Amino acid sequence: MTALPPKHRTAYVNARLLDPASGLDVPGALLAEDGKIADLGPDLFKDGVPEGVQRVDCAGACLAPGLVDMRVQIREPGEEHKETMDSAGRAAAAGGVTSMVGLPNTDPVIDDVAGVEFIARRAREVKRVKVYTYAAVTRNLEGRELTEMGLLAESGAVAFTDGVKAVENAQVMRRALAYARTFGHLIVQHPEEPSLAGGAMNGGEMATRLGLPGIPKLAEVMMIERDLRLVEMTGGRYHVAHISTAESVEAIRRAKARGLDVTCDTAPHYFALNEIAVADYRTFAKVSPPLRGEDDRQAILEGVADGTIDAIASDHSPHDVESKRLPFAIAEPGIVGLETLLPLSLQLYHSGKAGLLDLLACLTVRPAGILDLRAGRLAKGAPADLLVFHPERAWKIEPDNFASKSKNSPFEGLPVQGRVCRTVVDGRALFEAA
Amino acid sequence: MASLHGTSASFEGYRHRHLLGIEGLTASEILFLLDRSDGYVDLNRGEDKKKDLLAGRTVINLFFESSTRTRTSFELAAKRLSADVINMSVAWSSIKKGETLIDTAMTLNAMHPDVLVVRHPDSGAVQLLAEKMNCAVINGGDGSHEHPTQALLDALTIRRRLGIIEGLQVAICGDITHSRVARSNIHLLTTLGARVRLIAPPTLMPGSIERMGVETFTDMRKGLEDCDIVMMLRLQTERMQGSYVPSTREYFHFFGLDREKLQAAKPNALIMHPGPMNRGVEIDSELADDIHRSVIREQVEMGVAVRMACLETLNHNLHLARSQQEQAAQ
Repeated sequence: MTALPPKHRTAYVNARLLDPASGLDVPGALLAEDGKIADLGPDLFKDGVPEGVQRVDCAGACLAPGLVDMRVQIREPGEEHKETMDSAGRAAAAGGVTSMVGLPNTDPVIDDVAGVEFIARRAREVKRVKVYTYAAVTRNLEGRELTEMGLLAESGAVAFTDGVKAVENAQVMRRALAYARTFGHLIVQHPEEPSLAGGAMNGGEMATRLGLPGIPKLAEVMMIERDLRLVEMTGGRYHVAHISTAESVEAIRRAKARGLDVTCDTAPHYFALNEIAVADYRTFAKVSPPLRGEDDRQAILEGVADGTIDAIASDHSPHDVESKRLPFAIAEPGIVGLETLLPLSLQLYHSGKAGLLDLLACLTVRPAGILDLRAGRLAKGAPADLLVFHPERAWKIEPDNFASKSKNSPFEGLPVQGRVCRTVVDGRALFEAA
Repeated sequence: MASLHGTSASFEGYRHRHLLGIEGLTASEILFLLDRSDGYVDLNRGEDKKKDLLAGRTVINLFFESSTRTRTSFELAAKRLSADVINMSVAWSSIKKGETLIDTAMTLNAMHPDVLVVRHPDSGAVQLLAEKMNCAVINGGDGSHEHPTQALLDALTIRRRLGIIEGLQVAICGDITHSRVARSNIHLLTTLGARVRLIAPPTLMPGSIERMGVETFTDMRKGLEDCDIVMMLRLQTERMQGSYVPSTREYFHFFGLDREKLQAAKPNALIMHPGPMNRGVEIDSELADDIHRSVIREQVEMGVAVRMACLETLNHNLHLARSQQEQAAQ
């Protein structure tokens, strides 16, 4: 009989265990064994950690599932000067994200099996956080012909979206929902009626004062309401990305009440900022959909608090300085978000809007559930994708210190609470705070 | 007059480094610039039009958008103050591809201008440029945002005709959505206590503009009722062919200024237009030339005076700041 190779075992002790899926919130410990969670609980290692097990003292910090970020622009292939698989992976780890899902709007577009396989191979090569990818709904994101959804899903695409573009044509959307339903796949929509969304910022007084073309709030809810009709008609699975308006929250709330199979997410900037952030033509606060009014910001907060909004995604959109230091109307939209996702989201917890477990659910088990990923839980047998963090620890956002290649954050200098101490993927520590 | 052109002139009334917009200026700052401009009107009407206040200084006119009258007006203003003037016309489309606006700023900085006049088709572009420039910057019009010297010259024209701006009823008519002239005038006129009405079809009226302290009208006759001033705006031809209004003919019928509609205004209401005019589109040709009603030519004249005052003031502030910096360094 040959001896089995020794198992690689790590004990995380003195932790506050937080598992949103099961509602667990107790002081305790967790054992990771060969990349999986072997055991956890308040009584584990009560009598000390046995020999041969690596011991990590969490010193009272929270131990939660690693974050699942369902909306990231990795920029590889095609725009490696803005971000690469490696830099995005490091940024994710620094932000406590253990699984990220990339958008297909790369160059070339991820609309065929080779593209999906390229992402998987690059992720294996750089060995950072887990990387999943969406594939395009339509070829080359042109909004006309459907991609090979069945084959793309078999090769690993987790869902389908045209990225930062809406599927504009109603017939195409109808067919996409109906066809994807055959395989149980999800369609993710960027919610904007393009013919109304040609502006540079939220429509209204601010846009009028700045002399910028405005995008009416209506452009968002119109697209969502159209799609909801198509969902009803086709029985397809539908998810709305980064909602930004009060009316969108209300439309989703009503759809859920009617029993439709729909979900949605928002990004931290839609509840942390309003359109005032673009005063003085601050292009770092230019995003798509645009930052809205204060009433919308409040409605987004409510939507997260009452569960209408299922998930919070970073909407990580790295841009180099040359894409941002331009007149507002022609500057690229987007905020680099992986490293600020946790502290900005924790603002809801610190302000009493949401409980810590509920908030973490939006960042872990819920997005994992929407995309059917094996992630986002502290459970025996689950991957040891872990986040150790101090929810209270104060720091100041300094984009210059980001691991991301791009620094386009409007949150520069903002004091926040909630610091990542350690990020673990499959039992491997990828990030440890200094 | 003596204090205006003497060496002891005081520029306490306007302390900003740049003139990027009217929004945010106080009534007294605006009045200061108007008072100084007044003096230059007389100078320009005299035989010897030249002062050496900007001798040795460099003014660059940087135009990313074609313009004849504004550029000429700034050029003449600078030359009458004895500055060296360079005109640069840049096709913005070529800039977009290669050199960025920031690169342009760096290049110009290296030439050590004292005042940079910039016109740009994008709102906010002049401010972006100003942040990177070591000299004073005058906004010669940015996108649909502001055109401060136009509002000042309009105010000077009105004040010289009617004596005071406070309490006047002013109607601004036409393409408000795309007009930087309208925005600068709204800020200036409301700051000085005039009441402003905007008249436009809904497709050319920007959202929530009432929040800027104006009344809005879609019926020109109602809007013009009891107005002292009728300010017409230019409507660009590409916006008249179905995209914003159905046709030129229909636009003139409902929103063009003719004698019949003008009757709704006060009997001696003044007609203004920032130029260049589309005769027969937004304004009846004969009316535009009516010397009893139209002050359009005076506006052009006031433009040079206003720009001289702005150049002089900003140049003064720049060199005051520089000498203060030098003193602090010693």
